[in-house]
Formats: sequence, structure tokens, C-alpha cells
Amino acid sequence: MNSLIQLSYFAAAVLFILGLKRMSSPVTARGGILWAGAGMVVATLVTFLWPDMHNYAWMTLALVIGGGLAWYTGKKVAMTDMPQMIAIYNGMGGGAAAAIAAVELLRGDFHAPTFQVLAVAGALIGSVAFSGSMIAFAKLQGLINRSLVFSGQQLINLAVFAAALVFGFLLMTADLPAGINILLFFTLALLFGVLMTLPIGGADMPVVISLYNALTGLAVAFEGFVLGNAAMIIAGTVVGSAGTLLTQLMAKAMNRSLGNVLFSGFGSGGTSEGEAAEQGEMKEIDATDAAVMMAYADTVIVVPGYGMAVAQAQHKIWEFVQLLENRGVTVKFAIHPVAGRMPGHMNVLLAEAGVPYDKIFDLEEINNEFEKADVALVIGANDVVNPVARSNPESPIYGMPILNADKAKNVICVKRGKGKGFSGIENALFFLDNTRMLYGSGEAVAGKLIAEVKQL
Amino acid sequence: MIEGFTALYIFMLAAFTGYEVIARVPVILHTPLMSGSNFVHGIVLVGAMVAMGHAETGLEKAIGFLGVMLAAGNAVGGYVVTERMLEMFKTSKGKNK
Repeated sequence: MNSLIQLSYFAAAVLFILGLKRMSSPVTARGGILWAGAGMVVATLVTFLWPDMHNYAWMTLALVIGGGLAWYTGKKVAMTDMPQMIAIYNGMGGGAAAAIAAVELLRGDFHAPTFQVLAVAGALIGSVAFSGSMIAFAKLQGLINRSLVFSGQQLINLAVFAAALVFGFLLMTADLPAGINILLFFTLALLFGVLMTLPIGGADMPVVISLYNALTGLAVAFEGFVLGNAAMIIAGTVVGSAGTLLTQLMAKAMNRSLGNVLFSGFGSGGTSEGEAAEQGEMKEIDATDAAVMMAYADTVIVVPGYGMAVAQAQHKIWEFVQLLENRGVTVKFAIHPVAGRMPGHMNVLLAEAGVPYDKIFDLEEINNEFEKADVALVIGANDVVNPVARSNPESPIYGMPILNADKAKNVICVKRGKGKGFSGIENALFFLDNTRMLYGSGEAVAGKLIAEVKQL
Repeated sequence: MIEGFTALYIFMLAAFTGYEVIARVPVILHTPLMSGSNFVHGIVLVGAMVAMGHAETGLEKAIGFLGVMLAAGNAVGGYVVTERMLEMFKTSKGKNK
């Protein structure tokens, strides 16, 4: 029986790695999750055969409740809300790792002191990932709107963390009654996760979620060592390192270091003094002229932003693009790495509307093509096309890689109104000579464009 | 039990594997991949089941129950959202595999 269990765990670990490998290419990605899913089913089923276990009825009930709720919410959630949903599920994993540690610490029969250390470390990391992810969810969901920043905050965070470490250490030497000690330890660890996440702004949340994802992986690996479970060790460690890499890639795409994200609230460095008050006139265009301009162009590059997704305009935009293509216009989509709420989020949203992924291009792939494009259609994007990031060292976004939409022969910006964007930074693109503003909500504008092109 | 240096070697090799496996991932797959790796650490479920299976006191059982419930949420939720996202990736030729 034991070798059947071990063999199944081995198979699961192999399937996880192959699954992740397949998920890193768009052609095989769909199969990848199926492989990993098969591994999970095998590992879960075979665990029921683990020797000397009891509480099967309650265990099954917990499985059904947790799995059922997650199934229901996972099927229902809108694609735009995907990031916070991932945060929740990830937090649950961290919480589970912490719960394993709590049970093991209460039982207290460790084979070696090393395992005790690993259990405590996993508990700490798992708890932080749990409470931190819940705060990340609340922020992205709009339940918490403000970033809580106060003076001495980092000192307090440090103190809470240190206190958690002290109680974690006491757990191992066991001078205090275990129950109280464990309670204090977990309370402090959870509190630290909350305090650490509260000051981080919504725009940085993706990086934070990715970091917590990596941390949960690590916590799972640590608890795997404690339980002597190779599948947990391998899967947890793989996710820990893959997640760390992914976090770095995301932070890099946003031109921020991880330390910067974690330890300073966005924009708290003061808004730029050198911001020119007025850079000229914004010039308006109506839907008819815009439609004609694009219908008779050779190449059009669409630059979508989160605003488009919020307005649910991606379906209409794709319909419009197909009309243009039928007229012989070459249309490409240019995606900034941080368009949407997470790197790759915009790709998912476009895929939802049916846009094939071979029409979608990364920043590096497409940035040189703007010069040759007749029209750049900017819809719902703001900071990621702001040329100030290239030109003005005073600007908070200076140095961030941007899409060179301003280099296109004509730029059409679809925008709700004349105000500043999400980050409150004035966009120099809107004032350029080759830029025309098309006011209205994304969906309404797209609808008008479709109607106009059909009439041509 | 996996102990001492064997454990360390497994840890090291798995860490490199994780890094290598996603090192060349295109940006368009970052979100699904994050979601996918989130699903993979749902394997914590087997650990939670074992911990609960060995729980003796009422408190241990309660925490074990919570652990299994959370872990099941991680695994199932992670799978469902990843699958939903990846399902939508197709080329213009309509191929999907």
C-alpha cells in the first residue's frame, strides 16, 4: 500500500512539472492544466489509503464544502475579477499550510528538531500569505480603497514580525504552555500579513499576489518536509521558485524593484513638481471621422487598457477590428506588460472576446512598428502610452517602458472625459499634434465605430 | 521520512526545475501561469488530509478540518479559473490544442 501511495505521489510530481512546462507555451497551455489536474486527482484519491488515518467522514465533508464553494465561485467570477480570485485561492493554500503546521505543533512529536523549525517557518510564511492575500483581495475588490500609511509604520511592522519570530522560537523551546504560545504566534503572524499589505497601493497588487503565491509554495514545501511528503516538497518548491521568477518579471515590467513595491506606498514620494501645467490643446474627433481614418488606413494598432475591459468593450472592439480586416486593413493589438491588473491579464480579456493570440503582441515585439502604423487606437490605456515616461525625469513614471503609440502617424485616444487617469499623472500623449480625442465610454464608442464602418 | 542532505538535494533540484520551466514564458501567459502555479501548490490538500487523519483532540480535528477545507478551495478554485482562462486561447485558425 505504501509503495502505491509513493508511486502515485511521484507520478503527481511529474505531472505537475510537465503541466507547468506545457502552460508556459500558448500552443500547449490548455493541455498543461489538464495534466496537472490529473496529477492532483491521483494524489488526492490515493491519500485516502494512507495508513492509520481516521476522521474520514469529517475530512470528506471539508473537501466537499471547500471544493464546492471554490468550484461555484471559480465558475462564476468575471474575467476582469480574475486577479483577486487568484489571490483568494492562493491565500487559502497558505492558510492550509499554516493549519497543517498548527496540528503538527499541537501534536508535538517531531522526528528531529529540524522538522520543528521547518514547521514553524512554514506556519509563519503560510499565515502571512493567507492574511496578506485576503487584504490583496479586499483591495482589488474595492472593499478597501485607501492605502493605510502612517509614520513609523515600518517600525511597527518590524516589531510585529520580530514578536512573531520570538514566539515561534519559544514554540521550539516550549517553556510556555503550547496552546497559548501557538495562539499568540499565529495571531502575530496573521497580523503581520495584514500590516504588510495594507500600505501597498492597488496598482502594485499584482506583484504582491505573485509574491504571496511564491510564498505559499514555499510554505507548502516546508510542511511537506515535516510530513515527509515528497509530492508536497517538489510541487511547493517548484511553485516557490517559479513564483519568485514570475514576481521579478512583473516587477521589472512595471519598472519597480520588489523592495520598492513592498516598502513604499505608490506615489508617496510626492507628485512630480516639474509637471508642466498645460502642454497645449486636446483636439477632439468624432466617431465618423475616426471610423473613416481607420477604414482607409493600411495598418492600425490597437492599444487596449484596463478601462476598456471595465467598460466590457473588448467584444465590440474585436467586432470593429474584424470589419476593418474585411476591408483589408492590417490590425494588431499591442499589449503593455501591465495592461489590465496583472501581466497577461489583458491577453486573457481579449481572448475572452475571441481575439486570436497571434494578433496580440508584446511591447518588445511591436514597439518598432508604431512608426509605420497609420493609426494607433488607444482605448482605456493611459500611463502605459504616456511619452513623459521617456522624456521627463521628474515624472513618477519616468523610466517605465511604454508603448510608443505617439510615434504613429495618427493617434486616436478613446477616453471618458478630460480628467487625469488612475494614477493622476497628466498624459502628454493627449496634447500631441497627431493625437485626436474621441470622448465617450469604451463600449458606446466602439458601437458607433462599428455602425460608421458598416455605412462606408 | 526524507531527511538531511537528501531533503536538501530535492529542494535544490526542484527549485532549479521551477525556475527553468517558466524561464521562457511569454508575457501573454503570465496570468494563466500564475494561476496554474497557484493550482499546483493546492497539493497542500494531501498534507492537510494526512494532518487531519492523524488529529486526536477536538482542537486538532477542528484545525485539521479548516485546513482540508482551505486546501480543497485552493486546489479546486485554482483549477477552475486556470482552465477557464486557458480554454479561451486560440489562434486565428481556430486550433486549440
